[in-house]
Amino acid sequence: MIAPPRARGGWPRLAAAVLLPAVNLALALALSAVVVVLIGESPWRALRLLVAGAFGGGEAVGYTLYYATSFIFTGLAVAVAFHAGLFNIGAEGQAYLGGLGVTLLCLAAGSWPAAVVLPAAVLMAAAFGAAWAFVPAWLQARRGSHIVITTIMFNFIAAAVMTHLVVNVLIKPGQQSPETREFDPHTWLPQLHEIARGLGLAMPASPVNCSLLVALAAGGLVWLYLWHTRWGYAVRVLGHNETAAVYGGIPPARTVIVVMCISGGLAGLLSLNEVMGVQHRLILNFPGGAGYVGIAVALMGRNHPVGIVLAAVLFGALYQGGSELSFDMPRLTRDMVVVIQGLIILVCGALEHALRRPVEALVSLGGARRSAA
Amino acid sequence: MNDLLLVPALIAAATVRVAAPLVLAALGGLFAERSGVVDIGLEGKMLAGAFAAAATAAVTGSAWLGLGAAIAAAVLLGLVHGFACITHHGNQVVSGMALNITVSGLTAVLGYAWFKEGGQTPLLGSDARFGPIALPGAASLAGVPVLGPVYKEVVSGHNLLVYLAAVAVPAVAWLVYRTRFGLRLRAVGESPGAVDTAGISVARTRYTALVAGGVLCGLAGAYLSIAHHASFIRDMSAGKGYLALAALIFGQWRPLPTLGACLLFAFADAIQARLQGTPLPVVGVVPVQLIQAVPYVLTVLLLAGFVGRAVAPRAIGVPYVKER
Repeated sequence: MIAPPRARGGWPRLAAAVLLPAVNLALALALSAVVVVLIGESPWRALRLLVAGAFGGGEAVGYTLYYATSFIFTGLAVAVAFHAGLFNIGAEGQAYLGGLGVTLLCLAAGSWPAAVVLPAAVLMAAAFGAAWAFVPAWLQARRGSHIVITTIMFNFIAAAVMTHLVVNVLIKPGQQSPETREFDPHTWLPQLHEIARGLGLAMPASPVNCSLLVALAAGGLVWLYLWHTRWGYAVRVLGHNETAAVYGGIPPARTVIVVMCISGGLAGLLSLNEVMGVQHRLILNFPGGAGYVGIAVALMGRNHPVGIVLAAVLFGALYQGGSELSFDMPRLTRDMVVVIQGLIILVCGALEHALRRPVEALVSLGGARRSAA
Repeated sequence: MNDLLLVPALIAAATVRVAAPLVLAALGGLFAERSGVVDIGLEGKMLAGAFAAAATAAVTGSAWLGLGAAIAAAVLLGLVHGFACITHHGNQVVSGMALNITVSGLTAVLGYAWFKEGGQTPLLGSDARFGPIALPGAASLAGVPVLGPVYKEVVSGHNLLVYLAAVAVPAVAWLVYRTRFGLRLRAVGESPGAVDTAGISVARTRYTALVAGGVLCGLAGAYLSIAHHASFIRDMSAGKGYLALAALIFGQWRPLPTLGACLLFAFADAIQARLQGTPLPVVGVVPVQLIQAVPYVLTVLLLAGFVGRAVAPRAIGVPYVKER
């Protein structure tokens, strides 16, 4: 279905890997500028406000990294599935269910020590996310139903189930707003500025928390898994050529199910950031579209953990800068970021061949000149 | 009024109303998918059509101009999809999702900026919408037992686009199975190499299919915002494009079975609306939130192959690259 990026040797590949996303981003932003003009605002001023909102000062950077944390998780989730040739659009629902796992744990963890709660929360979030991905994976592997459609349907079903659970079951008794009670403070993930204060350092307050470290660790583990284990090799062979995988003794059905469960587990970890790190309670629709952002992040990061972390920071900046922007330009709502996100998926994903060849030709031309000189 | 008959008649009427946009969109997808292009962008094309229709109708006061704008918007998206997938051999699912996400953001941004009503378009008057059409004889037959209420509730009294959807099913079947264009369309989806050898342009046939699909998706979108409702509401397609795609797959990419699948989904939706708050045997009152998930669960169950595996057009999802 999805051909993972082909490996080509030498420095032109590296240069293309840096240049191509930059060209993609520029093109997507140029198209977005057309929309800003249609609304009657200045795109140049909008861009300056956006960058200032995302990186102007420690608090802004903190918020950018807080959004980026969520996008690293969902970006890794989408990328892992991509490597097996699967398009997991269900990260949104898997993250939502991961939040249920974390919530059940935090509500139950009356007097457990914090050192037990955090690993347990990682396991619960991943287990619930993986369980939600398991059903579409099983249906794809054993019954041949299209995973794109089943994962989309599972997003809708997740929304319905979670609304039911929050509104009718888990809601704090005697309260109107649909949310659970606040968790006990010892189950909260420490925010980075609190840790910095503990170490005697000054850091502006922002919601970025320890789950950022979990996200970076997850990125490292995904890299090890995909490129340095037999299982990851099986995943990549399956993604490149199913016939070759079968010939090489790789069971496609089992590999699809395992890789989708890993993907769902990664998506589920998003709830560490949102539920345990920031909200400290379960609220409705907390993933807020991060599952779909993961698609753009994975494509822009070329399905590699390093690229995904960088792309996630970019999208974190777009989200944070976009909210600041909508204060200064009330006519531009935050949905503008969704437009940019869609355009980036179009430019990086669907139109990748249209841009890759010219960019690679340009780079190799430059390389030829340099070696001639 | 005979209650025993009225409830089924009302459910049937609701089924028809819900099914109409699904049928239009699914038939639109049929063109694209039969030509070998995956069309997961049905959702986005519908949503864009709905927004274009409501915005144009609100500004001009004309339902027909709204309809034209809806078709133009959906066709334009179809061409973008074609540019990415046919001309540049891009991934078809990724392209479709990109369009869906872009449209979901774009309609919200433009709606908010242009109409300042929190992302909605202004409420349309009756001139700017397609209102119900009373078929001849509905009033005079009303007194006839059984036939009267069924004719009045189920057959008569729908808007123009519902009847258009009904006509579209045989029309598309004729186009696909009985015309030269249809033969080429099906051949391009099964074996583009053979079609190319015969001197027929694969790209052109696929573009034509996407344009035809865009027209039908535009009708489906216009139905949502200027016929069924009286304004555009954010994300109002609410997964209907995906349901239409599922109906198309479940209907084995054939017009008549696809109609059946759409009616089944619509029936599930009509039933879930009726069931809200009604106690059921064994389980009691099912919470509203869970009942609303019924059409989606049904889709998953049907696609899980309880009625046999679907056989897709052979070349679906594969970009056609001419040998050099």
